[in-house]
Amino acid sequence: MSQISKPKLAVWKFASCDGCQLSLLDCEDDLLAVSQEIEIAHFPEASRAVMKGPYDLSLVEGSITTPHDAERIHKIRRSSKYLITIGACATAGGIQALRNFKDVNEFISIVYATPSFIDTLQKSTPISDHIKVDFELRGCPIDKGQLIEVICAFLKGRKPNTPAHSTCIECKRRGTVCVMVAQGKMCMGPVTHAGCGALCPSYNRGCYGCFGPQETTNTGSLSAQLKKMGANDDEIVRTFRGFNAYAEPFRRESELHDKKNN
Amino acid sequence: MTKKIIKVDYLARVEGEGGLYIKLKDDSVVDVKLKIFEPPRFFEGFLRGRDFNEASDITARICGICPVAYQMSAVHAMENALGVQVDGPLRDLRRLLYCGEWIESHTLHIYMLHAPDFLGYPDAIKMAKDHKAIVERGLKLKKAGNQIVSLLGGREIHPVNIRVGGFYKLFTRKEFEPLIETLKWARDAALETVRWTAQLPFPDFEPGYEFVALHHPEEYPFNEGRLISSSGLDIECSEYEEHFQETHVEHSNALHSALKERGSYFVGPMARYNLNFDQLSPMARQAALESGLTRTCQNPFKSIIVRSIEVLYACDEALRILQSYEKPERPYIPVEPKPGHGFSCTEAPRGILYHHYQLDEQGKILDAKIVPPTSQNQKTIEEDLRKFVPQHIHLSEEELTWRCEQAIRNYDPCISCATHFLKLDIERN
Repeated sequence: MSQISKPKLAVWKFASCDGCQLSLLDCEDDLLAVSQEIEIAHFPEASRAVMKGPYDLSLVEGSITTPHDAERIHKIRRSSKYLITIGACATAGGIQALRNFKDVNEFISIVYATPSFIDTLQKSTPISDHIKVDFELRGCPIDKGQLIEVICAFLKGRKPNTPAHSTCIECKRRGTVCVMVAQGKMCMGPVTHAGCGALCPSYNRGCYGCFGPQETTNTGSLSAQLKKMGANDDEIVRTFRGFNAYAEPFRRESELHDKKNN
Repeated sequence: MTKKIIKVDYLARVEGEGGLYIKLKDDSVVDVKLKIFEPPRFFEGFLRGRDFNEASDITARICGICPVAYQMSAVHAMENALGVQVDGPLRDLRRLLYCGEWIESHTLHIYMLHAPDFLGYPDAIKMAKDHKAIVERGLKLKKAGNQIVSLLGGREIHPVNIRVGGFYKLFTRKEFEPLIETLKWARDAALETVRWTAQLPFPDFEPGYEFVALHHPEEYPFNEGRLISSSGLDIECSEYEEHFQETHVEHSNALHSALKERGSYFVGPMARYNLNFDQLSPMARQAALESGLTRTCQNPFKSIIVRSIEVLYACDEALRILQSYEKPERPYIPVEPKPGHGFSCTEAPRGILYHHYQLDEQGKILDAKIVPPTSQNQKTIEEDLRKFVPQHIHLSEEELTWRCEQAIRNYDPCISCATHFLKLDIERN
């Protein structure tokens, strides 16, 4: 007998480490329950069965780094009702966007003997540089609880509940003593988007910004504070050039301190 | 004369993007290509100029499935360069973290990526319709591994607690206690897993390999040991580049690795097992022999049993560490930068992971070389297919294609890893 058809979910990979899509398989307690509610229609990391589109929801992991991928993402957009990017690669270009600050050909010859075999773009760019994205889920990696929340929200047609304040607020909320003030450690918490639950400070280290910049951020003020604590320009550049180096506020701040530009 | 092509455009149930191309003429194989089109990310390029303390968090991003392996190889290579030895309880904690990663990564592969091939399902979710209790056991066992990594490491994927010299934060015995109960259950479930995988149907296939793994006289290898092989190789990790070389082939964005003058070799659970059987715990050894394996296993399809034995060992070892745990006096040994080279191999779930860094006097990275396990197994995977296909040529095209995919999945290939490293000097001149 015919049943109400389940919404179809697709998972797509571009340049990435696989960690964000693995978060879906890491939902050990919820995975079978989730699969009752939705049809996992395209998820090559988990299944060799592939259903044709269109899909109700596409999750996109990874950044655009090759001419072929720059084409492929448009096809995926056309076959998706909603498209959500998951993780720092897809939302900001990822760690591989460090190439954007140099000549990529220099990198190719460091790594590969026969550069002519390698087909790559000058820059690693976020998905939103290429197509319209319905929602961006932050993190390197994403938080699996937030992933489930976002999937549920889109399938029910409501706004996802993912706070946009800074990691600093999360620290205060969990009662962690400030590592910058109390221990003199460099910390990106004041400029970083919430989502991890302020993990690093609770492990006695400064935040390294893996959820990327919060919405309205004051990176200049953080740099001034880091300088007061003894950081030189090179350290400030490296601080902002991490897993979200090409996200606009972090990119702009690192360029201000990059000797190459001054 | 008939020509036939077996093609899989996008391999499923592996980590990363790859395809398969096999060309047959009559009944013989004329070409096999494991195509890796995962886009390159140039880690070795952008590690240059970064601080020695940053390598572990940066290289973790090569792979979301085995980030602990990258963090371990990175910190050990840096400690090697800077003349620091981490031992005692801090060393035990690193083994504990690695146990967690082996449990979660192996269990993911056994239950969700590999077993569906043996039982004829496209994936574990479909398999769960007929084998719900088994899939649920797998998910719970995987979760036990993740619980170790997320407590000690901070989170399952890209943990935050590892640093050169030790850890950022330590835990008390009491904080670790909940893990002990979880792992007691997990050890039983792992034993069940060995029994379950041992009765799966296996094709006869023993082409013969040179196995390469770390070897330590007193323990099953995670972080330390000499690099040995089943054909007599016995070297320090610092001698790796004298004995192994990588070449760049057109159909793969992952460099192919080979033993100089000897050719392809095999890394991963089966290599570790064959070279370190005596170092397994008594419980793991007994389970192995009861499952019908001998002290060595030569059939790559049976790697699913060996992986299960390693999960059992990892649960057993994690319990041993937790039950004798005393909180170390300090979380890490302070380290001062100095110029030099550092080398390390550790045993990632899929096999040896080699890191080599050159540092300047401020501890900045001048050069980095990383060789992941999957790029080392690429040649062996292609050779397996050359031998496997003629033996099964009578199968329908669909069935043969599926069996070829299964033969690739024997290696639990991590293509994301394989592509992101790769560096080669040989063809430079």
